[in-house]
Amino acid sequence: MSLAVFLILAAASVLFALLVVFTKNPVHSVIYLILAFFAIAGQYVLLNAQFLAVVHIIVYAGAIMVLFLFVLMLLNLNMDTEPTQTGRWKLGAAIAAGMLLVTFIGALKGGIQLSAVTDHNPQVGLVQNLGRVLFTDFVVPFEIAGILFLAAMVGAVMVGKRDVTI
Amino acid sequence: MHSILLFDAALVLEKSIFVVVLFIITLTVAAYATYGERKIAAFFQDRIGPNRAGPFGLLQPLADGVKFFTKEDFMPNAAERWLFILAPASFMFVACMTSAVIPWGTELTLFGKPVSLQLTDLNIGVLYILGFTSLGVYGIMIGGWASNNKYSLYGSIRASAQMISYELAMGLALIAVVMMSGTLSLKEMAIQQAGLNWNIWYQPLGFLIFFICALAECNRAPFDMAECETELIGGYHTEYSSMKLGMFLFAEYINMFVSCAVIATVYFGGYNFPLIDPGWLGGLMGPIVMFAKTFFFIFVFMWIRWTLPRFRYDQLMRLGWKSLIPLAIINMLLTGAGVLLFDK
Repeated sequence: MSLAVFLILAAASVLFALLVVFTKNPVHSVIYLILAFFAIAGQYVLLNAQFLAVVHIIVYAGAIMVLFLFVLMLLNLNMDTEPTQTGRWKLGAAIAAGMLLVTFIGALKGGIQLSAVTDHNPQVGLVQNLGRVLFTDFVVPFEIAGILFLAAMVGAVMVGKRDVTI
Repeated sequence: MHSILLFDAALVLEKSIFVVVLFIITLTVAAYATYGERKIAAFFQDRIGPNRAGPFGLLQPLADGVKFFTKEDFMPNAAERWLFILAPASFMFVACMTSAVIPWGTELTLFGKPVSLQLTDLNIGVLYILGFTSLGVYGIMIGGWASNNKYSLYGSIRASAQMISYELAMGLALIAVVMMSGTLSLKEMAIQQAGLNWNIWYQPLGFLIFFICALAECNRAPFDMAECETELIGGYHTEYSSMKLGMFLFAEYINMFVSCAVIATVYFGGYNFPLIDPGWLGGLMGPIVMFAKTFFFIFVFMWIRWTLPRFRYDQLMRLGWKSLIPLAIINMLLTGAGVLLFDK
C-alpha cells in the first residue's frame, strides 16, 4: 500500500517536473510546478514528516509560486513579443545545463552507496522532535540561517526603497 | 500513529460518513449565509429583503441555486479554456478542505460507539489551516488571468498582493497563540480553553489582528478590492457566468464560515462555554455551542460589510504592512515575555 502510494507520487512528481520544462506557456509551467510541489509534499507525509510537508506547501506553493505567478501575469509574456533566441545562446544554455546534470549525477552516485534508512525513528518528523533537534544539536546553523534571512529581508527593503541613494 | 496508512475498515467508513455530513453542513451553512447576508443587509438599509420564495423567503438559496444552474454557461473567446474551468473548481476545493481539522465538539455517542467530532486531529492543525488559506489565492489568480480581460487581471493581481500581505500578519498573530498554548493542534487548544479560560483574555491584540486579516483573506468588505464593483466591474469573476460564477461566490461564503469557526476555536474556546458541559445531549451540546459562536462571528462579518466603506488600495497596503505586521510582532514579543514571566 505504502509502496504503491510512493510510486504514484514519484511518477507524478517526475511527470509534472518534466511538464514544467516542456510547456511553452510560462503560466502553465508555474501551475505544473505547484502540482510537482504537492507530489513532493505527499512524499513527506508518507515519511510521517507532516510539519515539513505543510511548511513546504506554505512556503513554496503558498508564497513563492504566488509571487512567480504574480510577476508572470504582470509581464504577460507571449510568443509574439518574446525575443527569439539565437543558436549561440541555445548552445551555451545546453552546455551549462548539461554540466549541471553531470554535477547532479556525480552527487547522486555517492548517495546510492548509502544503505536505505529502515530503522529510523518514525516520530522524528513531528514538530516537537524537529524543534528539539533544531534548538539543541543544530542550534548554530539554525541561528546563522536566521541571521542570513534577516540580512536578506533588510537588503530587500533597501533595494525596494525608492527615494534612497546608495 | 506509526503510519497514516495503517487503518481499519470501520474507521474509514466512520470518517467517510463524517466527511459527507461535514460537507453537507458546510454547504447548507454557506447557502443560508447568503440568505442571512441579504436579510441583514435589508435590515441595515431599512428594507424587507427576500420574502417571495417560501415563508420569510427561506427557500431563496434554493431558488438562487436553480437560477445559477439554468443560466447560460458563457465561455469567452479569448479565454484559456482549461484554466478557466479549473479556477472556480480549485477555489471551491481549497475552501472545503480547511474545515477538516476543526474540532466541532468532543465526542458523540452513536450506536454505543464514541465518535470523535473532529475529522482529523493533525498535530500541526494551525499550520494546515495557514497552508490552505495561502492556496486560496490560486483560484482567484488563475481565474482572473485565464479570463484574458484587463479588469479580471487587475482583480486577481490585487487579490494576490492583498492575500500575501495579510497572510504574514495572520501567521504572526497565530504564532503568539501557539507560543502561549504550546501546541499546534486545534483539539489541544480547545481542551486548554475549558470553561471561560479563553485565549481572547490573553490575546486581545492578537485576536484583533487575526480578525482583520481574516476579513481581508475572505475578500470581504471593507477589503473587497479584488472585486470592487465600482472600479473593476466584478474583478476576477467579470467573465464568469452560470454556476462557475456561483462557485466563486459560494466558496467565499464557505471561506467565511470556516474562518469564523477558526476564530471561535482559537480565541473563543471552541465548543467550551461556562456552566455547559460539551458532553450533554450525548455530545451534541459541543457542536451547538461551537455553531452558535461561529454564527455570531458570521453576523459580525456581515455587520462590518454593511457598515464600513471600502478601503482605497494604498490604504489597504499601508494598513497591512505598516500597522498590522509591526503590531503583530510587538504582540509576539509581549507574549514571549509573558510566557517567560508567568509560565502560563
